[in-house]
Amino acid sequence: MGFLDISNVTKSYGSVEVLHRVDISVEEGEFLVLVGPSGCGKSTLLNMIAGLEGITGGEISIKGRVVNGVHPSKRNIAMVFQSYALYPNMTVGQNMTFGLEMHGVPKPERDKALAEVAKLLQIDHLLDRKPGQLSGGQRQRVAMGRALVRDPDVFLFDEPLSNLDAKLRVDMRTEIKKLHQKLRTTIVYVTHDQIEAMTLSTRIAVMNKGHVQQLGKPKEIYDSPANLFVATFMGSPAMNIVPAKVVMEGGRPQAQVTDAEGRPILLALEQGNLAGWEGRDILLGIRPEAITDPEGADRNSHAIRSLSNLVTVTEPAGADTFVTMSLSGRDVIARMRADAAVHPGQRFDFAVNMEKAVAFDPATEERIAP
Amino acid sequence: MASSVSGATQDSAVSTGNVTRVFIYLVLILFALFYLLPLYVMAVNSVKPLAEITGGNMMALPRDWTLEPWGAAWSTAQIGVSPTGLKPYFLNSILMVVPAVAISTVVGALNGYILTKWRFRGDTWVFGLMLFSCFIPFQIVLIPMARVLGLLGLAGSVPGLILVHVVYGIGFTTLYFRNYYAAFPTELIRAAQIDGAGFFRIFWRILLPVSGPIAVVSVIWQFTNIWNDFLFGVSFGGTSQPVTAALNNLVQSSTGVKEYNVHFAGAILAALPTLFVYIVAGRYFVRGLMAGSVKG
Ligand SMILES: Nc1ncnc2c1ncn2[C@@H]1O[C@H](COP(=O)(O)OP(=O)(O)OP(=O)(O)O)[C@@H](O)[C@H]1O
Ligand SMILES: [Mg+2]
Repeated sequence: MGFLDISNVTKSYGSVEVLHRVDISVEEGEFLVLVGPSGCGKSTLLNMIAGLEGITGGEISIKGRVVNGVHPSKRNIAMVFQSYALYPNMTVGQNMTFGLEMHGVPKPERDKALAEVAKLLQIDHLLDRKPGQLSGGQRQRVAMGRALVRDPDVFLFDEPLSNLDAKLRVDMRTEIKKLHQKLRTTIVYVTHDQIEAMTLSTRIAVMNKGHVQQLGKPKEIYDSPANLFVATFMGSPAMNIVPAKVVMEGGRPQAQVTDAEGRPILLALEQGNLAGWEGRDILLGIRPEAITDPEGADRNSHAIRSLSNLVTVTEPAGADTFVTMSLSGRDVIARMRADAAVHPGQRFDFAVNMEKAVAFDPATEERIAP
Repeated sequence: MASSVSGATQDSAVSTGNVTRVFIYLVLILFALFYLLPLYVMAVNSVKPLAEITGGNMMALPRDWTLEPWGAAWSTAQIGVSPTGLKPYFLNSILMVVPAVAISTVVGALNGYILTKWRFRGDTWVFGLMLFSCFIPFQIVLIPMARVLGLLGLAGSVPGLILVHVVYGIGFTTLYFRNYYAAFPTELIRAAQIDGAGFFRIFWRILLPVSGPIAVVSVIWQFTNIWNDFLFGVSFGGTSQPVTAALNNLVQSSTGVKEYNVHFAGAILAALPTLFVYIVAGRYFVRGLMAGSVKG
C-alpha cells in the first residue's frame, strides 16, 4: 500500500480505450514524473487522480482512501495547470486564497498562509496585481503558490513549464526541485520533456499509447531501459541502436557489427546471459556518452573496447563534440570532449564502454541483456 | 506634394489628396443630414402649435414655441376611449421591459455557461434547437402562445408579456453567451472545481465578472427588441398595453382633428428609452459583439 495507489486503472472514451490497466504505487514524499509522447494519456491519468475525469475501471486511492467518485475539492489535492489557469478578475492574493475561502477557512488563517507562501516563492510584492499584469515566470510562481497554500496531500502538475522560454524553464525546474526537497510533499508531474523527467523525479513512469512502458528510478530507466521505446525516448541525443549478430569467440559472446566499409568488427559483450543467442540477430543499444575518444573513456570501466571507424560528421556543441560514424549501416553518434582530435573523413579509434551496452530482441523489442 | 505628406503621416492604408478628402467629407455630411432629417422634422413640429403645421411648412422652425403637445402626449391625449396620454402605457412598458431583459439575460448567461462548461449528452442538439427559435417568426407563435397564456392565467397582463418576451429572447441571449463563454478557458473552471467552488459559485465568482461586454450586448439587444415590439403587445397586452400599442392608438385615432404636433411628441417620447440605451452603451455593443465573434 502506497500513499497514492493507482491500481488497474483504465479509461475509455466511448469504445476507445486510451489507458490500459495502469498500476502505479507512489510513496509519501515521492516525486513521480509521468513522461511520454503527445497523446499517450499522461494528462488523462493526472486528471483522473484529480477527479476531473471519471475512472472507467480500477481504483485510485490517496492515503488509503479510495477516491473514485469523490469530488476534486474533497481529495485534498492541488493542481498546477499548463496555462496556469489564474482567475483573471482576481488579484494574485485573491487567486491564491480562493481555495481556502471555498473551504471555509477563516480570514486571519488565510492571510497567514498567504503571507508564508508568498514569502517562500518571493511574490510578496505582487499580491495586489491582477494576473494580466504579470510576466510568464511570475504567473508560474503564483500558480504554484495557489497550490501550496492549500497544503495538500498530493501536488499534481500538468506540464507547468512548457509555456516558459528555455532559460526560465531551466531556472523554474531547479526551483521546483528545491521546493520539493524543502517541503517533501508527494508530487505527480506530467511532462513530455525527458530532461525534466530525469532531473526532477525520484521515479519515472514512461508511457506510450496508454501503457506504462517502464516504472523506475531515473538511473534504472536510463541505464536499463525495459524496451526499445524507453531506450530511444529517454536521453538526448537518443541511444544508438545497431543491428548486430551474436557470435561466440573464446567462449564468450561477441556482438558482430560492420564498420563504414563493411568490414566486420567484434565487440565483446559483458552480458553473460546472451549465450543462448549464439548465431542470432540482436539490436545493440549504446548511449552516445559510452562512445568516446580513448583519453575520454571511463576509467572505472573494465570493458572499454577499441573500434576503428571512419568519421562522417563532427558537430562541436561547446562542452561536447558530437561525432557521427556508421555502424552496420546505421548512423551512430558519439559524445566526446570538446578538444578531442577528431576530423571528418579520417579513421579514428573510438573507445566503446561495453559495460553500458544493452541488447534488445529485434522481434519483441524487449531488453534481453543485461 | 500634399498627398505624399498625408500618405506619410496618416495611418490610414490609403493615402488621399486634399480634394478627394473634402469631397468625401461633403458626401458624408450630406448623408448624415439626410438621416437626421426625420428626427429634425419630428422635433421641430412637436414644439409648434397645430395651426403652424397645417397652415405652413413642415421644415420651418416654429414661430411660437410651445411645450403643450408634449404635455398632451404624456398625460391628456385621447388613447382609445380614455384621455390618459401615454403615461400609463409608458409605465407598462417599463414594468414589462426591465424584468424581461433581466430574466432573459440571466437565463441566457446560465445557458451559455452550461452549454460550454457543463456539457452533457445531446447538448449540441439543445443548442441547435435554441438557435432555431431565433428564426421562428412572431406570427407563428401567436395562437399557441395565446393558449398557453390563457392556461397560465396570464392573458392580458404585464407578467404575461414578460413571459412571452423572455421565452422569445432566450434563443438570442443563449447564442451570445454561449459563443462568448466558448472562448473562456475550461482549465479555469477545473481549477475552481479543485478549489472547491460549486456550480453557482463558479458562475458568480469566476465567469460573471468577465462577462461585462457580452452582457451589454444582450441587454441592448433585448431592450430595443422588447421595447419596440408591437405585435405581442397588441396581441397579449389586454388592458396593460405597452407604449408602442398606445402610440399606434394615438396616431390612428379616427375621431376629431389630427393633432400632428402631439403625435410627433408622443413618437419621440416612445423612442427616448431606446435612444438613451444606445447612446449610453452603444460603443460597448460593438466591442462586445466583436469580442464574442472573434474569439468564439
Ligand atoms: N474527451 C475526449 N474524448 C475522446 N478522446 C479523448 C478525449 N480526451 C483525450 N482523448 C484522447 O486520449 C488520449 C490521451 O490524451 P491526453 O490528453 O491524456 O494526452 P497527453 O499524454 O496529455 O498528451 P499531450 O502531451 O499532448 O498533452 C489521446 O489520444 C486523446 O486523443
Ligand atoms: Mg497533456
